Amino acid sequence: MDITLQNVEYRYQANTPFERLAIEDVSIDLPAGTFLALIGHTGSGKSTVLQHLNALIKPTKGTVKIGDTTITPNKKQKNLKHVRQRVGIVFQFPEHQLFEETVEKDICFGPMNFGVSEQEAKARARRAIQQVGLSEEILLKSPFELSGGQMRRVAIAGVLAMEPDVIVLDEPTAGLDPRGRQDIMNMFASLHQERNLSTVLVTHSMEDASRYADQIAIMHNGKVERKGTPAEIFSNPERLLELGLDVPEVVNLQHKLESAFGRKFAKTCLSMEDLAEEAMKLLKGGDSL
Amino acid sequence: MMEKMIFGRYVPAQSIIHRMDPRSKLILIFLFVCVVFIANNVYTYAALIIYTFAMILLSKVPVRFIIAGLKPVFLLVIFTLILHLFLTREGAIIFELGPITIYEEGLRQGIFISLRFFLLILMTSILTLTTTPIEITDGLETLLGPLKKVKFPVHELALMMSISLRFIPTLMGETDKIMKAQTARGVDFSGGPIKERVKAVIPLLIPLFVSSFKRAEELATAMEARGYRGGEGRTKYRQLSWRITDTMMLLLLAALSVILILLRT
Ligand SMILES: Nc1ncnc2c1ncn2[C@@H]1O[C@H](COP(=O)(O)OP(=O)(O)O)[C@@H](O)[C@H]1O
Ligand SMILES: [Mg+2]
Repeated sequence: MDITLQNVEYRYQANTPFERLAIEDVSIDLPAGTFLALIGHTGSGKSTVLQHLNALIKPTKGTVKIGDTTITPNKKQKNLKHVRQRVGIVFQFPEHQLFEETVEKDICFGPMNFGVSEQEAKARARRAIQQVGLSEEILLKSPFELSGGQMRRVAIAGVLAMEPDVIVLDEPTAGLDPRGRQDIMNMFASLHQERNLSTVLVTHSMEDASRYADQIAIMHNGKVERKGTPAEIFSNPERLLELGLDVPEVVNLQHKLESAFGRKFAKTCLSMEDLAEEAMKLLKGGDSL
Repeated sequence: MMEKMIFGRYVPAQSIIHRMDPRSKLILIFLFVCVVFIANNVYTYAALIIYTFAMILLSKVPVRFIIAGLKPVFLLVIFTLILHLFLTREGAIIFELGPITIYEEGLRQGIFISLRFFLLILMTSILTLTTTPIEITDGLETLLGPLKKVKFPVHELALMMSISLRFIPTLMGETDKIMKAQTARGVDFSGGPIKERVKAVIPLLIPLFVSSFKRAEELATAMEARGYRGGEGRTKYRQLSWRITDTMMLLLLAALSVILILLRT
């Protein structure tokens, strides 16, 4: 399913003294199968953009197209369930949304709201709990007796069980231990490939953005500052550093090597293997350094 | 989704009302509640309305915002009006249709009482919109100070109040977040039959309770860690200062009461 945002503006609490412009003139294309990473400082409007992706909020200007559904500021939308079923959002700290008596019931909650039979929902719950790396025994526990990391995984499983075509992740690994982060990111990456999903990831980790995403958008003060492939974005890191954002370690290292060698590499490398290879080429090439 | 609520919210601005001492505002509200009951005819109510709207204008809070925020209250006001219309059976009959009879006195009382109710809510809204919870608490604590002598837990009461007021916006933000999260999981909060809507409340309320309890516990720990042990021996950082405007405002209210007493029938 394709999603397009065209010149979207959103004001929180429009027409009150608390009115606040959160994003403006945001245009993002998300053809089916894309892995997009959204990067930017806290308050730059990332979460606000995400909420447009399944029509949780209506733009105050501009157009949002989600599959066949078009959302504009003044149109009243009746039933958006079909949109919500196909676009799953994992909110920041999704463990706050758990409420059922058992983990199983909580995971089944989403699918059953969209009309999936109880039996099928339970089967999905079993699959989802394995996907997020937990054992099936947990299904019968209360979500409130789990550890923070387990709760996070259960909440993610609850969204996976809806089997969406587009999965939207708002800092899904914030506050997890490094191991847990990696597990979860790898899980999303393999899911993205196996199910041919579109994935939108908000992250503060440049490493994750460069490793998993095929498109990166940089948000700054409510606007999309730059868009491009990871190689394009990280090929000139000055701008990123100006905005106070980091670049991946590899890119940093490449820049240090380049200034040490006094010459540019042929391309921007996004993995250590790549960089090693490029460096070797340069050294073996025997061109006078 | 709950963006228009105005209870417990503070609208920062530079106005006479904002700058008033919280003590004088509290006294003013308390007296206003009494003064409202003097009114008993069209002229006195007109005077009250003028006074209240003058206060709103002075506070520089946009009228449109207050009106939008009070929408849920309008329902209550209208309900009061209807109750009086149908239940009072005095005076001349002014309307009759089948089993419905409306008496003149019912109409009069209905309008007056709901108006009184409405003005009280407006005035208290001005108080909370122009005074930070901290100020309200400070003011209240000082005003009730003498009661400490009779072992009345003034400090605890003030603290409880300030905590509740402080957490109203937090709770509303949380409600909004959880509503969005559950909407994304297919809950429909806005439409559908009553039964469905009641059911939709559970996935909202349980997470709210859980997080409120957690927050209360964290707050208690944080307060203890910073050495809080109740009001005993606690010094004050913010000093209240009574200015000439505060006295003027009270005099203005006194003038209003005199006018009301003169106009009253
Ligand atoms: N519910 C809300 N009410 C008012 N303002 C908000 C709300 N949510 C976010 N904002 C404001 O909108 C801006 C963008 O916020 P957000 O999209 O959450 O940024 P990010 O996810 O990049 O940290 C911020 O300035 C924030 O203060
Ligand atoms: Mg955010």
